[in-house]
Amino acid sequence: MSWFVSYVRSSVGAKQLMAVTGLGLVLFAIVHMIGHLGMFSGRDHYNAYAHFLQGLGGLKWIARGGLLTIFVVHMITGISLARANAAARPQKYVVQRYTRTTFYARTMALTGLVVLAFIVYHLMHFTLGWIQPDYFHHLDDKGRYDAYSMFVLGFKNTGILISYLVAVTLLCLHLAHGAGSWLQSLGLNHPKYAVLTKNAGPALALILIAGYLAPPLGVAFNLIKL
Amino acid sequence: MSDMNLTLHIWRQAKGTAAGAMKTYQVKGISEHASFLEMLDVLNEQLQEKGEEPVAFDSDCREGICGMCSLVINGRPHGPDAGTTTCQLHMRRFKNGDEIYIEPFRAGAFPVVRDLCVDRKAFDDIVAAGGYVTANVGSAPDANAVPIPKEQADRAFDAAACIGCGACVAACPNSSAMLFTAAKVAHLAHLPQGQPERLRRVKAMVTAMDAAGFGNCSNHYECEAACPKGISKDYIALMNRDYAKSVFVAKDAKAVSDGAG
Repeated sequence: MSWFVSYVRSSVGAKQLMAVTGLGLVLFAIVHMIGHLGMFSGRDHYNAYAHFLQGLGGLKWIARGGLLTIFVVHMITGISLARANAAARPQKYVVQRYTRTTFYARTMALTGLVVLAFIVYHLMHFTLGWIQPDYFHHLDDKGRYDAYSMFVLGFKNTGILISYLVAVTLLCLHLAHGAGSWLQSLGLNHPKYAVLTKNAGPALALILIAGYLAPPLGVAFNLIKL
Repeated sequence: MSDMNLTLHIWRQAKGTAAGAMKTYQVKGISEHASFLEMLDVLNEQLQEKGEEPVAFDSDCREGICGMCSLVINGRPHGPDAGTTTCQLHMRRFKNGDEIYIEPFRAGAFPVVRDLCVDRKAFDDIVAAGGYVTANVGSAPDANAVPIPKEQADRAFDAAACIGCGACVAACPNSSAMLFTAAKVAHLAHLPQGQPERLRRVKAMVTAMDAAGFGNCSNHYECEAACPKGISKDYIALMNRDYAKSVFVAKDAKAVSDGAG
């Protein structure tokens, strides 16, 4: 396996590792968004979806383990690349003017770290139930975990709503670069789909920000009620 | 139009020292027809008349093809114009009274030799690692003996237009040399003569690039914007693809282990 170690330590290999793990995380983000749009279809549907996920048993733990692994790999590789890149220019410019890059591409490490902190908080909130334990063990009339009421009661809290809006915005800025950049890193480019490589990131980021903000804002504006 | 008076902020660093600083100079009577390097020549004449050390900067052909001139001018390698080297930048791009910041190409892999001169030997090491084809010596082969489609030859030539100036590294937020290395990889990868050593070449050149201490590409594409020869970032994608092939597909023992050379 020494060939694989030297591959991921090479500059091209490391960015391809970022691309592949990042792609896995983007796919999760899309599925996660679609799942929670279910809040608009009412308590019964949403709780049925939550019940289905919880009932996957071994599969659920395989998915969680896989997701955690690619998340940790993405994070460690990203931090080590950011450090190496900063060290590659020991003497900074007095004046440096960028013409092509974007502010969201230049803040990948920062948005990544904030998103990391948010995800830890998000898991403590909705997966572990540490933030609002009072809302965590409600059951609905069919005896299932009442994820719907946990969602609504959670986002009735203004502080939680605002922290979520900020974190999702930063996540989508991160993806505005990352969700298109992986194509170049893997060498998947061709004039035929250049329009895709150029616009995939910002387009996906816009879809995700709309999809992620809709349910909590629905709660805030009373479109989604208990 | 009348001549210009300018305020220059120039990085001064004595030979053999690690530390330097920006120093401010006034130059007077610069013609708008002068090139940027001629403007620095005028400054150096003024400095020598006063008995001061002239500012060291690199230049050679002064017609935009040798890759020797450098300089980051007001935050942009080779100055404000696209597709232009510093020697082809003219003072008519500036106004009387302008302040101009002049710094060397910055990267750990490009150590400052003196003032604005940097050592770009790391590029030579990358080329020496694989930027060649192995051919028998003897009389030159007949022209067009090996058919090459026009589009393919054009793409090879577009990559071969790289003059190795290092503006890509200077412009990159990460000081990455991916555009330079990709141009050298892609130039040969587009030609039949480059095929036998294609995968071991990319492996060896990327390895040499990493060993030189350049940063990693994160797809900002500042390199493409700064390149005086308009080398496309698409060549970086080709290098990424070929590198992955050299790791996951190549059965050639040399490509799998240590690359060419």
